[in-house]
Amino acid sequence: MAAAAAFSTPSTFNLSSATQNPNFPSLPALSSSFKLAPSIANSPIHPFKSLKLNRSTRFVSAAASSPSAATSSASAATTFHGLCYVVGDNIDTDQIIPAEYLTLVPSNPDEYEKLGSYALIGLPASYQTRFVEPGETKTKYSIVIGGDNFGCGSSREHAPVALGAAGVAAVVAESYARIFFRNSVATGEVYPLESEGRLCEECTTGDVVTIELRESDCKLINHTSGKEYKLKPIGDAGPVIEAGGIFAYARKAGMIPSRDA
Amino acid sequence: MASSAVTPTTSFLVDKKDVGFSALCTQHSFPCSAQVSKKMVSKKIVSVMAPQQSERKPSMTGAVKTGMTMTEKILARASERAQLIPGDNVWVNVDILMTHDVCGPGSIGIFKKEFGKNAKVWDREKIVIIPDHYIFTTDERANRNVDILRDFCTEQNIKYFYDIKDLGNFKIFESDKLTLQANPDYKGVCHVALAQEGHCRPGEVLLGTDSHTCTAGAFGQFATGIGNTDAGFVLGTGKLLLKVPPTLRFVMDGEMPDYLLAKDLILQIIGEISVAGATYKAMEFVGSTVESLTDKTYVPYEPVYSDGQARYLSEYRFDISKLEPLVAKPHSPDNRALARECKDVKIDRVYIGSCTGGKTEDFMAAAKVFLASGKKVKVPTFLVPATQKVWMDIYSLPVPGSGGKTCSQIFEEAGCDTPASPSCGACLGGPRDTYARMNEPQASCAVSNVCVSTTNRNFPGRMGHKEGQIYLASPYTAAASALTGFVTDPREFLHCDATIMDVCLCYENDERREGKKVAIKMGRQTWVEKNDEKLK
Repeated sequence: MAAAAAFSTPSTFNLSSATQNPNFPSLPALSSSFKLAPSIANSPIHPFKSLKLNRSTRFVSAAASSPSAATSSASAATTFHGLCYVVGDNIDTDQIIPAEYLTLVPSNPDEYEKLGSYALIGLPASYQTRFVEPGETKTKYSIVIGGDNFGCGSSREHAPVALGAAGVAAVVAESYARIFFRNSVATGEVYPLESEGRLCEECTTGDVVTIELRESDCKLINHTSGKEYKLKPIGDAGPVIEAGGIFAYARKAGMIPSRDA
Repeated sequence: MASSAVTPTTSFLVDKKDVGFSALCTQHSFPCSAQVSKKMVSKKIVSVMAPQQSERKPSMTGAVKTGMTMTEKILARASERAQLIPGDNVWVNVDILMTHDVCGPGSIGIFKKEFGKNAKVWDREKIVIIPDHYIFTTDERANRNVDILRDFCTEQNIKYFYDIKDLGNFKIFESDKLTLQANPDYKGVCHVALAQEGHCRPGEVLLGTDSHTCTAGAFGQFATGIGNTDAGFVLGTGKLLLKVPPTLRFVMDGEMPDYLLAKDLILQIIGEISVAGATYKAMEFVGSTVESLTDKTYVPYEPVYSDGQARYLSEYRFDISKLEPLVAKPHSPDNRALARECKDVKIDRVYIGSCTGGKTEDFMAAAKVFLASGKKVKVPTFLVPATQKVWMDIYSLPVPGSGGKTCSQIFEEAGCDTPASPSCGACLGGPRDTYARMNEPQASCAVSNVCVSTTNRNFPGRMGHKEGQIYLASPYTAAASALTGFVTDPREFLHCDATIMDVCLCYENDERREGKKVAIKMGRQTWVEKNDEKLK
């Protein structure tokens, strides 16, 4: 099944169609212009993103002992920093956001925020730590670490939206279900990052971690354990998420006209 | 995705689930044509066009011109290309976009936000909107969501909107004749309704905001699930960027034993490849067993076939004649076990319904088991037809061998709950007041929240209660389990070759006992111990 794995790896996309089109801004140019994650907060689509990012920057000071979380290389990298929440394999979208909450419409701002308060509420009782405390709308864990096939099951876009609305910046898993991966990118809600090893067995809920994404080198640093792990590059999906989703990206890149045109 | 099934069959139809088939790509680059006028753009986005790509020549790819799979052929047509290979990212023209009450309002929200308040959908005749998930509920937000769909369909003059207007009275009885008047347009569960209403046409591309959209692959359609944002994009443009998936080929040969249903086949397959086994892949089902299933459909279209020299990522072969009734144990559809291995699992309810297991054939199958046993169910047995038409069939079609009884009569005699209003029901839990939702343990049973269900998923919390245990099974197995209160192999009630089972349970005076071998009395079948040499 080695060949199969290649197809399920999101970073293998053939970009020939984009780069061969003279009308189409080149993607490498875009990605090199990409700055720290907080620029996402400017996205008009995500009124709550700024909350999330404030939260993740807050942890920068909490982990002062970390080796240069956002120093020299920061300008060339997308960095996330915060506490991680660890889950297992095959976390399906019913566990991320149970069906009873799907009456909430993600495109309505107040319902968007409510979705966040229910993120991962479907996890069974064996998960003793709540992801979002009762009465809260945000989580204190800005990074979710999972195993294989994260986000399988229902196609509900409410799943990445609930995570993003709760304040999650990135999910790190061994692999993703197709629709969840695509929904994460299309909405720009969370970075669906793939780990090279089985990080859900290496990290523990509450560990302080930093994710650094560079074109040539993507890694997760666990400050609590002092270990570093290689991540697979997010590739061309990165700029789309950074822009705030496909529509925002397409407008920014001039592929579709801006709304006031 | 879809793909597949060379051979359309309604009974196979709803069973290809959860395997995450499909296509789709994540290359989020949206090339556009430069020559779109601004005037047009402001009204309706038409700027998404497939860029000119240089044709892949065999000399460039290292591949000689080869045959294409059915999926490749369909996507080649939809992207206006002569040839495609897996991994190609192409803009496809969408033939049908389906959405429902759970993801429709969000998709509409994105469409309005991105294309403008006054934007028009790309084609009012290619959008099918089916309220089906949260219908018979007092949940205000759920009801509001159906209203959002209705307003949108009115505003956009959507041709195919299967509206539900009267939530309390979906059916009307008139002088012994059944008519359905309160909601003439309502259909029920989208995947069955799509097929029933003729929206599943071989060779076309169907996208839907539901992961079970791939059901339509049974009709030779490329069908797959997408999210709200992608659906919002399709609403405005009629196009989507998809990555051509490689295809897994499943060859199923051998005569299908009469105690198996299509659900057993897919549980076997999912158990083999796992729930992640077809991520970003198409699945194609072929072989003599699949061909034998075709008799059950009447699809008036020319099917699409894969070329003889088509390339597959891998091929799996099954001898179906040797397969035994299966279940998927909690909490994953790939947690496969033989039904008879779970005979000691006590259950507190049975659920027969959903797109997967709520079709006419599924209720016929359940009725056959109840008829064969002549017994009453021991646990609450909930029946939720997928569509209005299925509901009508339950009340009107005679069950073969019953002397003209309908399913509904047989279910009543067996002590099942009255067939409920057609919808997705408790398959995915839904609002708290959803019929048959797993909220509390059933009072009649000491065990809590253990369900044998013909639905499609059994992840934690799927049917409502987080600690609920769901055993996915065929309607035969579900009905047999209802009769015993345990997970039960349907061969205990159905006619079968006595030599197949070495150890079997038997029932005498409602006592459950282990037997060594079984014998069968024709007509109403009763299992007895072989050693007793007696037939009731």
